[in-house]
Amino acid sequence: MSANPARRAFLALFLGAAAIAVPAQAETIQVTIDRLVYAPPEIQAKVGDEIEWINKDALVHTATVQGGAEVLLPPKKSGRLPLQEPGSFDYICRYHPNMKGHITVRP
Amino acid sequence: MTIRLATAAAAIALLLGGNWALAADKPTDPQIAHIAYTAGVIDIEAAKQAIATSKNKTVVEFAESMVRDHESVNKQALDLVKKLNVTPEDNDTSKALAQAAETKRAELAKLTGDDFDKAYVENEAAYHKQVNGALETLLIPSAQNTELKSLLETGLKLFQGHQQHAEHVATELK
Repeated sequence: MSANPARRAFLALFLGAAAIAVPAQAETIQVTIDRLVYAPPEIQAKVGDEIEWINKDALVHTATVQGGAEVLLPPKKSGRLPLQEPGSFDYICRYHPNMKGHITVRP
Repeated sequence: MTIRLATAAAAIALLLGGNWALAADKPTDPQIAHIAYTAGVIDIEAAKQAIATSKNKTVVEFAESMVRDHESVNKQALDLVKKLNVTPEDNDTSKALAQAAETKRAELAKLTGDDFDKAYVENEAAYHKQVNGALETLLIPSAQNTELKSLLETGLKLFQGHQQHAEHVATELK
């Protein structure tokens, strides 16, 4: 392949622009659990994003939205939740209800 | 020289005497480790009794989470005392806790069904509240080693969670 540098630069520019042009690229937002605390406790996301909870504790936790989704988080493991609808959600750990977090999902 | 040594010995004896008097109301790290570990063992045994006795899914699940969490914390506590080369030391507080637990276990053993479930869960809420009070006012402030203090602080947060969980299950049973 004798790709000339100008062409390569053009392609990089073009592909880069294309990536930016996609209006709402889905993101993965990470929340760490360390010593029974969700960090950060508040997250802002949009529909299509995914939350990944990383449990650093040696304890089983959950991320439970009352009357809604629940993600089980075994010790030293992570779990994911795709955000499918907009809204404002409080969540807790079912086993340790003093652990509290909040998710705001924009359309 | 001999006189000076004797004076030093007397001074040390006085110092130890003073520390000992202090130890009567303020537990030492080896005693704190023993109290915290004992409190965990008591709750694991209570949970095992509940798993064997209860037919209620919520109660059994709660008890299973108590076994899981307290075993995990006690393992961390054992790892820490080993690392610090501290030997947990039995003491009056540990003995009083164990004795009260024995009485409670016998009391619960006479109950079945809903009566058992309610009594177990209510005791769990009360027991964790009592342990949390001791952690906050006595054990954490008395702990000298920073790692031990930190483990106790995490323990407090965990047991506060257990207390809330127990209170939540208790309202479901009503």
